[in-house]
Amino acid sequence: MQEIPGDLKFMKSHEWARVEDKGTVTIGISDHAQSQLGDLVYVELPSVGDRVQAGNACAVVESVKAASDVYSPVSGEIVAVNEALPDKPETINEDAFGEGWIFVVKPDNLAEEMEELLDPDAYVELIESEEH
Amino acid sequence: MTQKTVLNETHRALGAKMVDFGGWDMPLNYGSQIEEHHIVRRDAGMFDVSHMTVVDLHGARTREFLRHLLANSVDKLKVSGKALYSCMLNERGGVIDDLIVYFLTEDFFRVVVNASTRDKDLAWIEKQAQAFGVKVTERADLSMIAVQGPYAREKVLGLLSAEARAKAAKIGKFVAVEGDGLFIARTGYTGEDGFEIIVPKAEAVSLWNRLMDAGVAPAGLGARDTLRLEAGMNLYGQDMDEDITPWEAGLAWTIALDEGRDFIGRAALEKQKNDGVKRTLVGLVMDDKGVLRHGQRVVTPAGDGEILSGGFSPTIGKSIAFARVPAGAQGTLQADIRGKLVPVRVVKYPFVRDGKPLDGM
Repeated sequence: MQEIPGDLKFMKSHEWARVEDKGTVTIGISDHAQSQLGDLVYVELPSVGDRVQAGNACAVVESVKAASDVYSPVSGEIVAVNEALPDKPETINEDAFGEGWIFVVKPDNLAEEMEELLDPDAYVELIESEEH
Repeated sequence: MTQKTVLNETHRALGAKMVDFGGWDMPLNYGSQIEEHHIVRRDAGMFDVSHMTVVDLHGARTREFLRHLLANSVDKLKVSGKALYSCMLNERGGVIDDLIVYFLTEDFFRVVVNASTRDKDLAWIEKQAQAFGVKVTERADLSMIAVQGPYAREKVLGLLSAEARAKAAKIGKFVAVEGDGLFIARTGYTGEDGFEIIVPKAEAVSLWNRLMDAGVAPAGLGARDTLRLEAGMNLYGQDMDEDITPWEAGLAWTIALDEGRDFIGRAALEKQKNDGVKRTLVGLVMDDKGVLRHGQRVVTPAGDGEILSGGFSPTIGKSIAFARVPAGAQGTLQADIRGKLVPVRVVKYPFVRDGKPLDGM
């Protein structure tokens, strides 16, 4: 299991979010999520300029096993997507917390929505409890 | 209660991700399903298939019994060791299970059936066997390892005694021999050459480890599923079941309507054929990105069908599937993927042969 960087926050549905210095939020799925899904074969990205609502599906990751929606942890505007993923979806398997990022949101009300998310310790507790 | 094969601890020690399959705790993959798939296409991989059920049939009237039990004709089996793929049907022509039967001697045939259908299969076989005085023995004392890939045979042969090697090296496809206490069959479920080896339970772990040392890579049920779909092989429960006849499941080639043979389900099959078979199984390829999955709707000019086995083909790099559609549906159809209609092409299958995609994929 890949070590969880301390600056990440998590949704219960296994997305991670990192607030960047410039105030945007980078979003991906956790290493635990990729390991549950197995080899990824397809990623459907949102479009830059799309508006997203916190808790709504805005991307799809599909593995050899199943298709899974990716929810946005924050509301705002999509300002970047990881264009490398459609050709190399396995990047998420290899580096879920780094090169495997999926999209970036310019958030509307960051402070409030980030409070809803789990810190790494609470997230680890969640996945451990799911396993038992 | 989940059952475990004798190799369970070995899989766990190799870091396998385990899943429940038909009541058995089995390895899904040992890391990457796609890598395991490619290893079988390019080199040699092995699968623990000890969850499958080996059933021995003994009695002077065993051939006669199998003529009655199976939709394919055991009269095609003339030489000891020869194997045959067949469906076992109910009176309605529906498929109770698909299986492989080996002819060993006139009073001894061996059958290998699916794990998920074990109980009903045994009950059915025993019930039908009574009238023929055939003794039905489940061989729970045996395990099974499938070694598959272009270099699989070579790697297995290197582990055998000179005597067993000479015998096993000679056998053609769909033939089995015994040697070194193993039952070695040149069969499989991947579309590659290789052996399925039936081994006494107590020796299975040692055989597995020797195969590992010989450079055979462990592969899980995930890769087994994508390999067999690429090879155009049906999966019981997904592509056919008790309410589906072989005509409707792309298995017409396994039905032998030889004269005078009264097998179970024959009358229903003949009636359906005369009335016209209304649904048919087709192979599909999707050129767009995405994955066809079991249960998705297929839209055709003649009405809706559905995806049976579907998934991503690592060899082709596209999604492929079997679908049951109204008879006559050809050309480009559409699959309903999460509410979006995506074009899919009807193709002849197998999708992959000898490690390579076929033309038109």
